[in-house]
Amino acid sequence: MPSLSYLLARLLQIIPTFLLVMIFIFLLVRLLPGDPAIAMAEAKATDAQLEQIRHNLGLDQPLPIQFLVFVKNTLTGDLGRSIMLKAPVTEIILDRLPTTIFLALYSVLLAICLAGPLAFLAAARVNSAVDVTIRSVFQVGLSMPVFYIGLVLLTVLAAQMRWFPVGGYGTSFLDNLHHLMLPALSVALYTSAIILRNLRASLIEVLDADYVQFARAKGLSRRIVMTRHVLRNALVSTVTLLGLSIGNLMSGTLVTETVFAVPGVGRLMLEAIFARDYPLIQGLTLTFAVLVSVVFLLTDIVQSWLDPRLRQS
Amino acid sequence: MSIVVQSSTRKAGRIGAFLGRAFSRPSFVIGFAILALSIALALFPQVLAPYDPLAFDLSAIQQGPSLVHPFGTDNFGRDVLSRVIWAYRVDMQMAFFATIFALLIGVTVGALVGYYGGIADTIFGRCVDAIITFPFLVLVIAIVAVLGPGLVNMYVAITAVNWVYYARLTRAEIMAQKANDYAAAGRVLGYSDRRIIFRHLLPNATSPIIVYWMTDMALAILLGSSLGYLGLGAQPPAAEWGVLIAEGRNFLLTAWWMSLMPGIAIVLTGLGFSLVGDALADLLRPKGR
Repeated sequence: MPSLSYLLARLLQIIPTFLLVMIFIFLLVRLLPGDPAIAMAEAKATDAQLEQIRHNLGLDQPLPIQFLVFVKNTLTGDLGRSIMLKAPVTEIILDRLPTTIFLALYSVLLAICLAGPLAFLAAARVNSAVDVTIRSVFQVGLSMPVFYIGLVLLTVLAAQMRWFPVGGYGTSFLDNLHHLMLPALSVALYTSAIILRNLRASLIEVLDADYVQFARAKGLSRRIVMTRHVLRNALVSTVTLLGLSIGNLMSGTLVTETVFAVPGVGRLMLEAIFARDYPLIQGLTLTFAVLVSVVFLLTDIVQSWLDPRLRQS
Repeated sequence: MSIVVQSSTRKAGRIGAFLGRAFSRPSFVIGFAILALSIALALFPQVLAPYDPLAFDLSAIQQGPSLVHPFGTDNFGRDVLSRVIWAYRVDMQMAFFATIFALLIGVTVGALVGYYGGIADTIFGRCVDAIITFPFLVLVIAIVAVLGPGLVNMYVAITAVNWVYYARLTRAEIMAQKANDYAAAGRVLGYSDRRIIFRHLLPNATSPIIVYWMTDMALAILLGSSLGYLGLGAQPPAAEWGVLIAEGRNFLLTAWWMSLMPGIAIVLTGLGFSLVGDALADLLRPKGR
């Protein structure tokens, strides 16, 4: 396991990054052309009402003070009130977040199940007909936008074959799995194309490496060579890649939630944008940033656990 | 003078040999053909499209693909093929404008921080960390939300995020090049920093940037059409593939061609960029790496 000091150093690194993230998010709303109060208020708001909104938002204070207040509120979990839903932003987000995390994990799982075996198949016989077919199909998958894959799956498997519901989330765990199958698959197809490409390349490299030849030569069974030497090494790069594509994955869930009407934070983000609900947009953007950095952190930890060489640096 | 002439003919010869090697690869030829056709469609839709993309024909509403309308017609009787062809103009523009400014800004910033290092490099590193902490699409739509929907605002939003990736790539390349003897020789000869960076180091760092640019243009089309689909990019009645797919969304069962056909154009164009990009990556990779 990685040492405590490594973890601490990694955690400390996040602080300046997050300070910048907060500045970005803070400035984003301040950069609104015109007065945010006018953008937020109803068209027929009076001057007094506008003044009230400005005061509520703290907009009558100087910028640095506003920023400190924003940081303080955020750290205490207060992200303001949503204009559109008339409820605390934190509450709304916490309510919707599990759905999105469920969807994201589901699609990662599907992507691994899809790409893993196929990568082995392709790497076992480089440039064979099987390898070329697998690679071509996934190359096309890489050129397909998530919303398009989603619409095709929706039309064929949900609307025509009626194997899956056309949208929504469901109530029980199995029901969730059933409802989210197609949205997860739309994201998984794209993610698996990225994994497959990388996994295939690293498998080919590892299978050819001296230490694997050596392990075979000293008479280790095929299974032990595969699991202990080949898989472990190929895993390092796949975990890194999966971690780094978390941003892509979240972007994908945002789109797929919209296509399949899944009540997660992605769809909420889009609704907030069309409603010009700035506190909610701000809170959601921050949530996404937190999610991504948590995954980056986990990736680092898993990586240094799988590959001790990385702990030195 | 003679050295200059000699080197320029040698350069022409090298480019010729490079093109020869490129065109002997089937994947490059296919990708190149797709892109050439895409550019032709983007430049001359008025010649190549059979119908006016905006003309309603209420006597031919939602007709399936036929000889008269190869891609069918939409819910206003507009010819889908013509709309897909006119959309090439918008989507190819997106591929270019959403990436070119990011490339120019990113390469300049990356070259400078890579060469000088120091405090600027540290600040740059932190900014990169912060920007990649946002999912790309989330940050772009948040910026579009502030600026308002539309193509130009979309370019601004994408550029504001995308330059980081070019800068990161260029910085790494420049730092690798800086360690070479020829860079030290330039400094000994008393060349200005500007000359060393932009005339000596950067030209040696262009291959990976060009390769990345190719894949990035494919990504820009995916991103742009997604924004169009979500209603944040190109605005109807403009013909853009994402917008066209969104228009067909309510008729998936009765008029599937409305959404299917523009999607094929996206996939095909994306494929063209990645085939050319992959082939260039192979060809430009220095031997022995």
